[in-house]
Amino acid sequence: MRALVVDDSRAIRAMIARMLRELGYAVTQAGDGREALDVLAGSDAPELALLDWNMPVMDGYALLRELRADPRFRATRIMMVTTETEIENMQSALAAGADEYLMKPFTWDALREKLALLGLADAA
Amino acid sequence: MSPSLDPQDFSWLCSFLHDESALVIDEHKEYLVNTRLAPVLKELGIPTLTELVARLKRRPLSNVHQRVIEAMTTNETSFFRDIHPFDTLRNDILPEIIKRRGGAPLNIWCAAASTGQEPYTIAMILREAFPDVAARTKILCTDINNPVLERTKQGMYTQLEVNRGLPAALLVKYFERRGSDWQVKEELRRMIEIRAMNLAIPWAGVPPMDIVFIRNVLIYFDVETKKTIVGRIRRNMAMDGFLFMGGAETLLNIDNDFARTTAGKSTLYRRAA
Repeated sequence: MRALVVDDSRAIRAMIARMLRELGYAVTQAGDGREALDVLAGSDAPELALLDWNMPVMDGYALLRELRADPRFRATRIMMVTTETEIENMQSALAAGADEYLMKPFTWDALREKLALLGLADAA
Repeated sequence: MSPSLDPQDFSWLCSFLHDESALVIDEHKEYLVNTRLAPVLKELGIPTLTELVARLKRRPLSNVHQRVIEAMTTNETSFFRDIHPFDTLRNDILPEIIKRRGGAPLNIWCAAASTGQEPYTIAMILREAFPDVAARTKILCTDINNPVLERTKQGMYTQLEVNRGLPAALLVKYFERRGSDWQVKEELRRMIEIRAMNLAIPWAGVPPMDIVFIRNVLIYFDVETKKTIVGRIRRNMAMDGFLFMGGAETLLNIDNDFARTTAGKSTLYRRAA
């Protein structure tokens, strides 16, 4: 399975990518929303996209809306992974088509459990 | 349990955890520190929390610091833990029990429910899938540990805890922000009845249960105690009730009056005919 990790922190991208590879994902990375769209333009839609919210150039919420407006990514499961922890942010993201929402900081178990909710990892 | 920390040491520990793991601990969370760090003290042979903090202060980052961070940030339980038992509950067991009971009240028991994620998960399932039945269901939540029961009663969880296994759509629907924490809304809290109970001692006043969850609990008891507890639970269940245990647990050679059955991706038990 393929996953796209979009986060402006190189360290966090690398950490999430490592976790996903352990779960068997082939991972591509991007540092902001615009770069993510460029990466996606030349490849098949990933099964999973993890989006940070606050990023330069194009933030994760704008990227989420772009992806949900494009039929190519209809089947891509999208999870926001962010320090934005207000209920209003979560409601906005869910209303815009995010499938899940993970608050930073998070543990390895928390990421795996969220993916299990989406049917994208084993439950235990 | 070792004596509590003095306020200065507690404050220092909170700052340390925040700096190293972004964990935010409020001043009224001392019980959390005590509960989580007691096993670390035992493991490292350190007599008191005060001595542990002194060691953390004295040395540069070490495996002691790492163990403390792990102990504070790792939770043994999560909402929708293992997922499959709750899928089975929603898709197979509740529809069957509800049909058989007609409009009668349902009784569900989470035995040794620790910090309450399991009963609140069940309450959310009922609200979402069977809203009419939720109003006439009582979820009994028992544990031996009074501080965790009090926490369950309050329904207060840290951000790290609500990150664990809880679908975001249910978080925004059934929880409210309380500073850096999250509190279960009153509509779910009133479905839960909290009671202190030592399973190893005979109990009274528990109504016949339709569904019992006792997951990953019996592993802490010897075989004879397991037999005693399971026998008492069985006699406290409706004849057609269901018992959920942990995925790696079995009643083989523990209680032959329970019959193993499967539903969905779960193995569970019902009273033998």
